[in-house]
Amino acid sequence: MGSSSSSTERIPDAQELMQETGFSAAHLVRLYERFEFLDKDDRGELRLDDFEAVSELAMNPIGDRIIGAFFSPGRETVDFPSFVRILAHFRPTDTNRTRNGRNGAQPEPANSRTSKLKFAFQLYDQDRDGKVSREELLQVLRMMLEMQVTEEQLQSIAERAIQEADLDRDDAISFDEFKKSLEKVDIEHKMSVRFLE
Amino acid sequence: MCAARPPPVSTNPQSYSLPPLLSQHGCRMAALWTLPLLLSGCLLGCLALTPPDELPQPHNLPPLLGFNGSDGGPSVDLPMALRVFSVDYHHVQAPFEIVLWIMLASLAKLGFHWSGRVPAVVPESCVLIMVGLLVGGVIYGVRHSAPPTLSADAFFLFLLPPIVLDAGYFLPGRLFFENLGTILWYAVLGTLWNVLGIGLSLYGVCLLAQSSLGDVSLLHCLLFGSLIAAVDPVAVLSVFQEMHVNEQLHILVFGESLLNDAVTVVLYKLFESFLRLPSVSGLDVLLGGCRVVVVGLGGLCVGLFFGLVAALTSRFTSKAQVIAPLFVFLYSYLSYLTSEMLHLSGIMAIVTCAVTMKQYVEANVSEHSNTSIQYFLKMWSSVSETLIFIFLGVSTIQDVHMWSWPFVCSTLLLCLIWRATGVLLLTAVVNKLRRNAVTFRDQFIIAYGGLRGAICFSLVFLIDDFPKKRLFITTTIVVILFTVFVQGMTIKPLVELLDVKRKKRALPTVSEEIHSRLIDHLLAGIEDVVGYWGQHYWKDKFEQFNKKYLRRFLIREDHQARSSILRVYQELERREQRGDEEAPPLVDPRSHSRLLLPEEMDSIRRILSRNLQNFNNKQTPAYSRHTLHQDTTMDRTRKPLHRHQSLGERHTYNTITHWPQVEDGEFSESHRVRAGLSRSHTVCSISPRPVLQDSSASAQTAPADPRPAGDDQVFPQHQVPARRTPKKQLSFVLENEKQQ
Repeated sequence: MGSSSSSTERIPDAQELMQETGFSAAHLVRLYERFEFLDKDDRGELRLDDFEAVSELAMNPIGDRIIGAFFSPGRETVDFPSFVRILAHFRPTDTNRTRNGRNGAQPEPANSRTSKLKFAFQLYDQDRDGKVSREELLQVLRMMLEMQVTEEQLQSIAERAIQEADLDRDDAISFDEFKKSLEKVDIEHKMSVRFLE
Repeated sequence: MCAARPPPVSTNPQSYSLPPLLSQHGCRMAALWTLPLLLSGCLLGCLALTPPDELPQPHNLPPLLGFNGSDGGPSVDLPMALRVFSVDYHHVQAPFEIVLWIMLASLAKLGFHWSGRVPAVVPESCVLIMVGLLVGGVIYGVRHSAPPTLSADAFFLFLLPPIVLDAGYFLPGRLFFENLGTILWYAVLGTLWNVLGIGLSLYGVCLLAQSSLGDVSLLHCLLFGSLIAAVDPVAVLSVFQEMHVNEQLHILVFGESLLNDAVTVVLYKLFESFLRLPSVSGLDVLLGGCRVVVVGLGGLCVGLFFGLVAALTSRFTSKAQVIAPLFVFLYSYLSYLTSEMLHLSGIMAIVTCAVTMKQYVEANVSEHSNTSIQYFLKMWSSVSETLIFIFLGVSTIQDVHMWSWPFVCSTLLLCLIWRATGVLLLTAVVNKLRRNAVTFRDQFIIAYGGLRGAICFSLVFLIDDFPKKRLFITTTIVVILFTVFVQGMTIKPLVELLDVKRKKRALPTVSEEIHSRLIDHLLAGIEDVVGYWGQHYWKDKFEQFNKKYLRRFLIREDHQARSSILRVYQELERREQRGDEEAPPLVDPRSHSRLLLPEEMDSIRRILSRNLQNFNNKQTPAYSRHTLHQDTTMDRTRKPLHRHQSLGERHTYNTITHWPQVEDGEFSESHRVRAGLSRSHTVCSISPRPVLQDSSASAQTAPADPRPAGDDQVFPQHQVPARRTPKKQLSFVLENEKQQ
């Protein structure tokens, strides 16, 4: 680990990225190499077809959503900083002091529990209105259940999920309700890729 | 063995004062007293039928158990030619004695469970050993000669395989593979550490006590170390299952005890062959190391091979369903014997075989066959375990003991010390690589729960004769008895004291499940993007391989539908077409649902786990010797509940589930609940209790609140069994839910 910063010289704004996301230099280099690998035509940014070239992702039921999550709204390409920022969500949570070292009103680190949950929430909430409506939930369920379940069953499952989580009875799941419904799940552990430690 | 139970309340104490009270109470007491009477009858039978003059030679066996019997038996002599009544014991001697011993063991087990408060305090293994000691003592006292001992062959060839097969078949697969690295770490390195540590320290002790122990060489000490260091799966299981620890801990200890067989066997044989060699070179040691790998992997491969062949065979058993279970047992046993023949690890082979063939066999064979397989496995392993412990007790009473205070005491101490330090060190390293750290309390339980059992006992008998062999035997027996009694009995209070994290997570809600699945998929995707071969990656790969090749090859075509939901759906469609009034109505998506019944929750949950690719560590019930727990993980094609005889279908559905929430609570309570669950697994039970209909039906009727009068509600369910019983359905009752 702890490689010299010389290898990060190729990476623009490496120091800021490391500060912001908490990745070590070694990880940043690795991610940059991966980014370059994915970037087939060496444009310095990734496009939709670059992601789709990852074959396993194509077979993932929610692959499209995951790919979509990398792209900021309105943009069609992903540059390296955005790439790294998204992946920072999946860093294992630092259990001790924050690596940023800033106190007080610092932005929530990308790999905190809340940020991770927000990322997952946004996979549901495509229209970014802060709520997961029944229809949005159904869409995701349909993708995950791979058309093997009848529509009625889907409806009943979605119904039940909303019923459980929806505390303010607005027939949609807000982010807080989402967070509450997952309070017993060890998100920090589940949503971490150890590689990115 | 008098049960301390209050007598049943008499309904009318005044009018008939004595008779009903007496009859109810008296009947039960009479029934309870027949148990020990039967036991003593067995015992006397064992004693009487082998005449006291014969000196039993421990290694001179009739084919099966380590007995030596008499030639000829009493017969009633009538002076005239025709014998109206005669007894020819000799003719049936061997099987008769075997059956008597098994009967004794089983009655003792029954008595144990009926004996009130005893099961809560003393683990079953202890009681059985005590019974064995008693029996052995009685036999010794009557006959003034050593009672029959457990021969190593009988143990390894007949008594051990059922237990290991049962353990392998019901192994919580996902949990096991998730923790495989840690388990291997403990099994291989931990055993090595223990063996070398104990062996070398014992040698040091022998050097110190030169006078009495001078002739025990280093190799002997190492050999002894190799057989005493190994944790025994039988003993561990029997104690752990009465404790409710979290599954991770359970699988760690249990998995370790299974896998360390490879290391133990190799080291034991290695040191034994070293003992026979004139000298030992470095090359031999290196070759020994290679042998560990070969033995382990070889056992694995043999098991895999037989598992796949068994799965393939089960594909064709549709025309002769009755013998389908037989194949499971035959192939497993064959894998065990083959690997024993090749000097590979038999335990690994049989476990691998069971794990491999399980999902395909369950998909292929009929419901009855599945039940038979599970029940027979439980039964055989139960009998085996009981016999092993009884014989441990019996074989303790011998005149081959040689005692040496320093050796015995130091062995005991060293076993504990080395295991504790080993666990501490290994855990410190492995915690850095694991996500769920093994806490200090868990470590204590792992170290303290390292019970030795019958494997050590048999191995010690197999040592070539040398002057101090009897000392080794005695020490082994002492260690086994100590670990089983002292550690076995105190581990439960200590666990409670340390407040080991019990399995207390409640069943996940539907939201949790959905979101967890989403997160799993998300993580798998992210790992793909990052190019990291994580845990999900390998599971994914295996699942794809499984789906594409293995399942197609090994499962019957008509059972290959991956999802039971699909079949249920087809079933429902068929019923709709027939105008069956039970066809569930369409769901009104806008209806506000009432609170769902537990059954509906289960079915929804089941649907989810059926269809969502489940990477998660689901709540898997702990392995239990006494009852059948069903694994709720999804990678077996579950068949929902109905059997429609009228359709002549083979599509049988079962909704056996055992929900982990049942595991909460005291042993006695959950025991009752689990006993309830196992009782209901009778084949072809036309249960008068409410039965769970097929999962999707209940799921679909769930949100449909007030239905038009014409539709038949599946709920409430009490009405339904009456209508369904004519169709002779196989019902598995979720009793645990009714008892909530």
